[in-house]
Amino acid sequence: MKPSVWVRMDTWVRHLIPVGVTLTLLLLTAIPTRIPGLSGVIPMLPLMGVYYWAIYRPDLLPAWSAFMIGLLYDIIGGTPLGVNALVLLAVQGIAAGQRRFFLGKSFMVAWWAFGLLAAAAAGTNWLLVTVLYAQALDASPVIFDYLLTMGLFPLLTWTLARTQMAFLKEV
Amino acid sequence: MKQSGAVGRLATLRLLAQRFAFVSLVVAAFALMILGKADIVLIERTRTAVSDAIAPMLDAISRPAATIAEISESIRELANLRAENARLKQENLRLQHWQTVARRLDAENTVLHDHLNVVPDPDPAFITARVIGDLGSAFGHSMLLNAGQHDGVRKGQAVLSGESLIGYIAEVGDRSSRLLLLTDINAKIPVLVENSRTRAILSGDNKARPKLNYVAGNPSISVGDRVITAASGAAFPPGLPIGIIASTAEGVIRVEPFVRRHELEYVAVVDFGLGGILPFEKPAMPERRRRGTDSGAGN
Repeated sequence: MKPSVWVRMDTWVRHLIPVGVTLTLLLLTAIPTRIPGLSGVIPMLPLMGVYYWAIYRPDLLPAWSAFMIGLLYDIIGGTPLGVNALVLLAVQGIAAGQRRFFLGKSFMVAWWAFGLLAAAAAGTNWLLVTVLYAQALDASPVIFDYLLTMGLFPLLTWTLARTQMAFLKEV
Repeated sequence: MKQSGAVGRLATLRLLAQRFAFVSLVVAAFALMILGKADIVLIERTRTAVSDAIAPMLDAISRPAATIAEISESIRELANLRAENARLKQENLRLQHWQTVARRLDAENTVLHDHLNVVPDPDPAFITARVIGDLGSAFGHSMLLNAGQHDGVRKGQAVLSGESLIGYIAEVGDRSSRLLLLTDINAKIPVLVENSRTRAILSGDNKARPKLNYVAGNPSISVGDRVITAASGAAFPPGLPIGIIASTAEGVIRVEPFVRRHELEYVAVVDFGLGGILPFEKPAMPERRRRGTDSGAGN
């Protein structure tokens, strides 16, 4: 039996949640915090979103969504177009390619792997922008961003896991 | 048996298609980087159109964030009320002295203006805009503002906070615009060291304190000198305060801007009317000069 229109619509909306949540994370990063000393340090929240969904629901956040989110990231952040698109695309590709390794592993493993991947992502990002501007950028904000991202990872993973349990358990 | 072979082949085909899509996206990302480097008008239009589309969303979510920031700010202020009070009393004493000096100079200036028949500077028109988006400082120092072409913002206009210059408009959409801060790696501004009238270029490098490059003549620049905008290049009206010299160590002169980026919530986009005399957009930003502004730029 074919499911009714409402059921299909419900499923469809639920399937938009991973992209929606990741976009929300992107908008959250763009809020001016106006905290002295912290205004320049921004966690890489969209990266965490892409990483999480690429492992647990790669069907709902495919490569091209990661690419589009990255483009939007570039446009809001004023970075050269294509830089974050490439980085998020690569993170999605690597995480989704290695997802069998993660499924059923402990949280510490996910954290450790995210640490490696995020470091590579931040490094690539820095390198690409440096090459495109043909000037060496100051690396210290990138390192602070990275540390803050690592610190926030458990909290965010917990939130994303709750979201997945609440909306995407059966669909 | 035969059927499972077909299914297997289909799966292989699908995998291949996925790989192909992935590789094309990677190629597309690199293509965009190169196109963006070539400063093509189409790319800039796309950027501004997308920022226009998300500006209302950013505007809405930045408001509660501003309220939270205000509350935390007032808590912090309460904590160092005494120290702040003592500091302000001292400053007040000093400023009272300055006020006397300024009054005398103002009177003198008025007399001199009358004698010389000086043409007064025109009063600039300005637009107040809110900062709605700020993606940190790792790769660039720029912010999204909630005013665009529709509100009268033009490319190259100076952006002030209070009396000091904080940057200029780098991209304009219909309802949003991008403010490039002085500290951004792409920002270069002709300046003057006030005491010695030394000309230089203030160039950002994504650090909190931008550098002074191309210092003219043989300068005697010392820490604490004020830095103001210069008239050269017709980019900005001369005399807007920017900051003070913070260090001159090892031949690198760094300037501490008067305004810190975390203090920015409302900014003034100022039209000094220079556009009436000179084509404002082109000389304002030599580093963003386009190679294909004329016909066929988008091809």
